Amino acid sequence: MKYDVIVIGGGPAGLAAAEQAQKNGAKKVLILERDQVLGGILNQCIHNGFGLHYFKEELTGPEYAGRFIEMLKGTGIEVKLDTMVLHITPERQVHAVNPTDGYMVLEAGAIVLAMGCRERTRGAIAIPGDRPSGIFTAGAAQRYVNIEGYMVGKRVVILGSGDIGLIMARRMTLEGAKVLACVELMPYSGGLNRNIVQCLEDFEIPLYLSHTVVDVKGKERLEQVTVAKVDENRRPIPGTEMVFDCDTLLLSVGLIPENELSKEAGIQMDRRTSGAVVYENMETSIPGVFACGNVVHVHDLVDYVTMESQRAGRAAAAFVQNGEQSKGRVLELVNGSHVNYTVPQKLRLEQMPKTVEIFFRVSNIFRDVEIQITDGKTVLAHFAREHVAPGEMEKVVLPKVLAEKAAGDCLTVQVVDKE
Amino acid sequence: MKELICIVCPKGCHLRVDEENGYAVTGNSCEKGAAYGKKELTNPTRVVTSTVRVEGGKRRRVSVKTSRDIPKSRIFEAMALLNDVSLQAPVQIGDVVLADILGTGADFVATANCPKE
Amino acid sequence: MQNSSQKNQFDVAVIGCGVVGAAVARQLAKYRLSVCVLEKENDVAVGTTKANSAIIHAGYDPRPGTLMARLNVRGVELVKELAPKLHFPYQPIGSLILAFSEENMNTVQVLYQRGKHNGVPGLQILSREQVLKMEPRLNPEIKGALYAPSAGIVSPWRMALAFAESAVVNGVTLKRNSPVTGIQKVEGGYCLTIPQGKITARYVVNCTGVDSWATASLLQQPPYEMKPNRGEYYLMDKSAGDTVHHVIFQCPTEVGKGVLVSPTVDGNLIVGPNSEPVSGAGDTGTTAEGLEFVRKMALLSVPGLNWRESIRNFAGVRANTNIDDFQIRELCKGFIDVAGIKSPGLSSAPAIAEYVQELLLRSGLRLLSNPDFREELPEPVRFKELSGDEKAEAIRKNPLYGRIICRCETISEGEMVDALHSPIPPVSIDGIKRRCGAGMGRCQGGFCGPRVHEIIARETGMPMEAVMQDRAGMAIVTGETKCGEGEA
Repeated sequence: MKYDVIVIGGGPAGLAAAEQAQKNGAKKVLILERDQVLGGILNQCIHNGFGLHYFKEELTGPEYAGRFIEMLKGTGIEVKLDTMVLHITPERQVHAVNPTDGYMVLEAGAIVLAMGCRERTRGAIAIPGDRPSGIFTAGAAQRYVNIEGYMVGKRVVILGSGDIGLIMARRMTLEGAKVLACVELMPYSGGLNRNIVQCLEDFEIPLYLSHTVVDVKGKERLEQVTVAKVDENRRPIPGTEMVFDCDTLLLSVGLIPENELSKEAGIQMDRRTSGAVVYENMETSIPGVFACGNVVHVHDLVDYVTMESQRAGRAAAAFVQNGEQSKGRVLELVNGSHVNYTVPQKLRLEQMPKTVEIFFRVSNIFRDVEIQITDGKTVLAHFAREHVAPGEMEKVVLPKVLAEKAAGDCLTVQVVDKE
Repeated sequence: MKELICIVCPKGCHLRVDEENGYAVTGNSCEKGAAYGKKELTNPTRVVTSTVRVEGGKRRRVSVKTSRDIPKSRIFEAMALLNDVSLQAPVQIGDVVLADILGTGADFVATANCPKE
Repeated sequence: MQNSSQKNQFDVAVIGCGVVGAAVARQLAKYRLSVCVLEKENDVAVGTTKANSAIIHAGYDPRPGTLMARLNVRGVELVKELAPKLHFPYQPIGSLILAFSEENMNTVQVLYQRGKHNGVPGLQILSREQVLKMEPRLNPEIKGALYAPSAGIVSPWRMALAFAESAVVNGVTLKRNSPVTGIQKVEGGYCLTIPQGKITARYVVNCTGVDSWATASLLQQPPYEMKPNRGEYYLMDKSAGDTVHHVIFQCPTEVGKGVLVSPTVDGNLIVGPNSEPVSGAGDTGTTAEGLEFVRKMALLSVPGLNWRESIRNFAGVRANTNIDDFQIRELCKGFIDVAGIKSPGLSSAPAIAEYVQELLLRSGLRLLSNPDFREELPEPVRFKELSGDEKAEAIRKNPLYGRIICRCETISEGEMVDALHSPIPPVSIDGIKRRCGAGMGRCQGGFCGPRVHEIIARETGMPMEAVMQDRAGMAIVTGETKCGEGEA
């Protein structure tokens, strides 16, 4: 089977990419989704707060996904649910299985990778102690509570103050559980401020910053966790231990882009994002293979996933119609002071539209700073920010005319104090 | 003077609300923020999201929300009402699940589709 | 035999179904005997068997003349012979003991001589250059190594499960959730108390690992003391799986046996263990200090290890005693005590079973061979290991092979359903993990856990609340939402 564009993943990224690919001239578009329904992780994010930027109204996760699923109707975009992609090749072959079609080898004019991300686990952060049941990643608990309709515990401690952890603190409380504490290793929360207010403060759930879980007890179900304060090197300080009697520990300790297919295909990866290195139009190092959404870098807001994915979808459609274009001059985006990563990582000046959005994350909380883009000698563009934080993805819009002025092949993105 | 973090949008503006001067709000970036600042100190409200049971559907639960914000103090009362609700599939986004919650004028409405089994 | 097992009367009762108990049960299934295995947990292979280095040791370590030396070398032969018949993963990838000093090189010499004496095939002492050519990621400071090509890696729980399943399909009765709480000498044998009632058996084999002293003491105090110790491990993502291609040991010194780095049969990398004395089988927690020790020691062998690739930590307790050898003997007439099965116990398990058979024979048990004994198990479908054409064919036969539930390890619903209808059906999420590999990967069951949970409930008819993470009591969900039980 031959398709113009095959989109891997039917979550918010895949839906937006497919919709835009079709709208921009790709004729045969196929979405491959491993779950039994479209929408991805949004289906279990039943809280509101989605869509303020994109739809200018506040929607819940399923409603946000619903809008895009609705848009697919009548477009002729094909969807295969319950379908797992096993391999992709640099020649843009997609190997996939499902119970009805069996083993499929599909040819694609362009591929859009939109597989999303997964949660870091207890093993990834090496929490010592027993190995009882009752320790869940926040997302797994969210699925049990919101989709399956089962409670995962009664007395809860949450490690990590990422948004999913905060949202689950409120959700468990509303379902009758007692959330004893939210514990954060860093001196600041990784989640949005509004979620600290409406998920923790509204329910008087204490947030312990610069603390971590140092021991877990329970031979069968979890019985107890010990929490301690950490020093500036994030090492637990003896004598600061607090013990919580609880049957549940939820982990909200970070998300990792899920790139096993990308790596196997030989796509160049960025160690900082754990996602593919992408150009201005979300194309990866393999021509005709694009990536968007949380598989590229972990976003805080689905609205930005949508916009980024639409860009990928449009670019995939263009690739199918116009073929591979010459690279021309390529500028590399370099992470300067206090910048942890940028997306895209590379700009092809010839293919750059009038402006390009550059997403990045900063390494600490800063007030009244300037974001600068420099070529090493001259500051080409600068943007004032009152407040930046690692938990909130930043975005600047770089005009092509300024990028063209760069001397050399590098553009450094940096955070500096405002004079 | 009371300091608040605005929860209207993900930006999370740091608001200052002057209780003695008609709840004048500063630090906001938009009108909604000003309205939130005043309301949060006079009559705080929230949108509540949860799930309800559904029979005969592809899923056992379907998600719901209040059609608009309800008084913060009545969140748990509103939640308790959902325990007695059981829907029959199919359910469509926007279906009213429970009308006029506790006389607030807000309804619980479905936020997801649940087709028949 | 059917009648007698219905009356809970057996020729032989094996207590404990770890890898040793399972191997003994399978060995006895070759004869016309009624045999039962009593396992205290809800599944087999959940004690020391599931938490160790997963190594088949070549056999140069035990001192010549010990039972360990003999059974280890014989065990390696048997594992190699049984793996293809019973379809458990085993790869004889060879091991290297690294020497970091001249003193270490002397130890390498001693182990080489010992290994030759024990009959270990193919041993070689390698120079630094030879070793680094085989394993370029090793510390360049090494002086040389002992190479043992017959060492290997195995899936310990799948080996134990294979033994247990082979026993069950050949007529052995397995009783799970059956801790033995009393042993009495009765006319012509023993009477064992389990929660479900009494079991009588003419012969008893105690294979209860770390609990062996306690179990034997229900009858008579055995002549050794338990000195259990705990080893902590890192399991690393498959992205680190090809860091090394052999089992990398360090030289045993007075301070300890060192930390190993090895690929696993699933393609991950295992790193560990430390060794700390603990009080008993339940002490399987990890500690910050223990894990730090493991990291520090492992970096000596492989300096480039990246701990961010860790997907799991775990700890296992070994059934050490105060005596440096296996403690296998007829404790009382007809009661065989199989104790002190520390490393290389896994490698020795099938040889221990042969030895137990010998002791039972000596004790007067008549062994008439069972003409119906089936040596082999049917090969299970391992979807991800099939070629494209084979995958297509498998899905045509059973569409459930086309539904991938565990995305990290590519495990299909069909494989889970097969396991749930196998001779020893699992009752927990970890039971599925041990049989199929679902949840073994980098997300550690975060995505597939709830779906596996549902599949178990659906196939077994158990309520969701009754499906455990692993052992009894390890509940996952505490009840339904929207039942009005909240107390807020």
